[in-house]
Amino acid sequence: MARPAAASTLSFEETGYALFLGLLVVVCLLIAGKAWDWQMAFHAGIGVAFAALGIFLIVSAALKRTAFQPLEIDGRPNYNFGPVKFATIAAIFWGIAAFTVGLTIALQLAFPALNFDLPWTNFGRLRPLHTSAAIFAFGGNVLLATSFYVVQRTCQARMPGIVTPWFIVLGYNAFIVIAGTGYLFGVTQGKEYAEPEWYADLWLTIVWVVYLLAFLATIWRRKEPHIYVANWFYLAFILTIAVLHLGNNESVPISVFSSKSVQVFSGVQDAMVQWWYGHNAVGFFLTAGFLAIMYYFVPKRAERPVYSYRLSIVHFWALIFLYIWAGPHHLHYTALPEWASTLGATFSIMLWMPSWGGMINGLMTLSGAWDKLRTDPVLRMLVVSVAFYGMSTFEGPLMSVKAVNSLSHYTDWTIGHVHSGVLGWVGFVSFGAIYCLVPWLWNRKSLYSLKLVSWHFWLATIGIVFYICAMWVSGIMEGLMWRAYDKLGFLEYSFIETVAAKHTLYIIRALGGGLFLAGTLIMAYNVYMTIRYGEREDTVPASAGTLAAAE
Amino acid sequence: MSIMEKHVVLEKNSILLVIAIIIVVAIGGLVEIVPLFYLKSTIEKVEGVRPYTPLELAGRNIYIREGCYNCHSQMIRPLRDEIERYGHFSLAAESMYDHPFQWGSKRTGPDLARVGTKYSDQWHREHLANPRAVVPDSIMPGYPFLATTELDTRHLADVVKTNRFVGVPYTDEQIANVDADVAAQVNPDDKEAKAFAARYPKAVARDFSGDGKVTELTALIAYLQMLGTLVDFKIYDDKANAR
Repeated sequence: MARPAAASTLSFEETGYALFLGLLVVVCLLIAGKAWDWQMAFHAGIGVAFAALGIFLIVSAALKRTAFQPLEIDGRPNYNFGPVKFATIAAIFWGIAAFTVGLTIALQLAFPALNFDLPWTNFGRLRPLHTSAAIFAFGGNVLLATSFYVVQRTCQARMPGIVTPWFIVLGYNAFIVIAGTGYLFGVTQGKEYAEPEWYADLWLTIVWVVYLLAFLATIWRRKEPHIYVANWFYLAFILTIAVLHLGNNESVPISVFSSKSVQVFSGVQDAMVQWWYGHNAVGFFLTAGFLAIMYYFVPKRAERPVYSYRLSIVHFWALIFLYIWAGPHHLHYTALPEWASTLGATFSIMLWMPSWGGMINGLMTLSGAWDKLRTDPVLRMLVVSVAFYGMSTFEGPLMSVKAVNSLSHYTDWTIGHVHSGVLGWVGFVSFGAIYCLVPWLWNRKSLYSLKLVSWHFWLATIGIVFYICAMWVSGIMEGLMWRAYDKLGFLEYSFIETVAAKHTLYIIRALGGGLFLAGTLIMAYNVYMTIRYGEREDTVPASAGTLAAAE
Repeated sequence: MSIMEKHVVLEKNSILLVIAIIIVVAIGGLVEIVPLFYLKSTIEKVEGVRPYTPLELAGRNIYIREGCYNCHSQMIRPLRDEIERYGHFSLAAESMYDHPFQWGSKRTGPDLARVGTKYSDQWHREHLANPRAVVPDSIMPGYPFLATTELDTRHLADVVKTNRFVGVPYTDEQIANVDADVAAQVNPDDKEAKAFAARYPKAVARDFSGDGKVTELTALIAYLQMLGTLVDFKIYDDKANAR
């Protein structure tokens, strides 16, 4: 076959990325050579390796290419699913990593000897690794995979760019590697869920801006004049995370050759900015983004339209407007001025309404299709995720009430609350979406085993129930013990007595986490078998005819 | 045309949708964050709060590096039991030089906002090396490696300088004497002791690690021992700062 000369030369886009990555290699080499600390040298080394790999991939792909990918084949969009596949597998990989580290630190709290008294394995360094792996690595890859898939399908257009979609997916995962290894090395800004240091933050900013532009550019190619509701949520998620990331990571490195930086804000202002960020990482990363998944995958799987279009509009605007205010409920009774924390609580309570509006919109989409819950464990997973969403968005406003917060703050109740949201809502809606996506992406007739999906569902559900019940009991118990007085008017318990009282509950929590992890491993096996051995869904009619003849 | 019908405009124009989203999400943050930078009542006026000494700052960076904030808060709430357990409720002024703040959000271990002077250096040394040696039911990890790791002070001056850049009022003299001040704070007989005491009034100078060495343990204990000790609450007038 004659190879068209044009196809194997670098396009303008490819040249641009190759030059940018080349520049990055030079900068990273320079930093690695003059680094002030070994952590910086290591990370700059990773930067050199990844950037060089990127250049190699760009050039080798161009050399092997016989023709550019057309936008359409036979009048149907020629979707770009390669990066979606990568992000889907990455999500499963990081999910297992996040839950394994979670189980490890849960066991450390029950059996402190498991800290091994080493720097790299102590709870203080592993906990950020767990939270970031769950939120940003697992959740982030699910969001990348589903948003790339949904925006292309709903706009009936191929994503623009040859390198761009891959740059976003691989660049994001490079950020995860740098952030995650940084935690183990003690490289941290010391702000919850915003631990990555200045250079990782800068890199994420670049990747994120490209993500926004690629997402918008796909929308600009849409055939349908209306932008589908799931894409509003994805857009709000991408935009707001950009704003939050820039706002909360204002820091000045002590040198470009050092991994250490100093935050620009301090004390009370820093606290406010941090929880404005922290709560909206929940609101926009873990809620808006995953609601987009709900608005695409639930109707798709149930084969029903979204329950109410009007409710979608109200839900969307009310949710994104109100969520931003909720941050200061993390700072009740602290040195933050009371007007701010009261505002936070007020808006948190108002958030009840859009949250439940969204839940109702998701659940009622099943009207007329409820029977499918009996037969389709994937749909069951999606629906139960929405139920968990309703439960944790009920619990959240409750905990933001000052009187409740005075008890619940600083306790395990908060940990339980987060996990009902992240395991129940984010986890289940992600698993549901992955179970939908894998056969679609790899052209398989169905999943390898629906029975294994059922096993996953029940193991994970029981795991979550163990987890959150243990944390409710331990959280409320320690909160009450801290404020308990004896009849002479002295504090009844020393702090360490409240720690000792939680031991059994910590074991139950770890058991719950173990079950959840077991479910995820079953999913990984199921996905592997589906891709490796699943029956192909042939889109070419001729071969289908041959099969029929052979019967 | 109802509002719902007008919404079609946003559904059909991605740029308008982007602008609308940015406006809608900006409002709450602006209202809650911006006033904290100019309302004078946000941070109380108190005497005694000073920038960290270089050694304390190095200790604080170890506190951050090891993720202590994951389990220890530094924010005592004005609730009866907390005040009795930990001491006077925390003031905004007490963390005004904290870049970043370390208020924390979880008490897997006790609050540390006023842990300074509560325990002896010896207690901290044993506790950090093996928490269960002094508190049998403790679930804290041990940090024996702190005592054997020499404190890296090569770039401490840059940390102090960057803190000044973001607003901590370090003087030129303080920045010029970072190494001398580290040496003076671990040795009260140091020839620079007087100058150190002048630069950081009431800062405590002693051999925190008990072996004459300047390890990461030394810095961390120096930091822990000054936490919450700067404001003298015998003379603090909380009525004057009511808000």
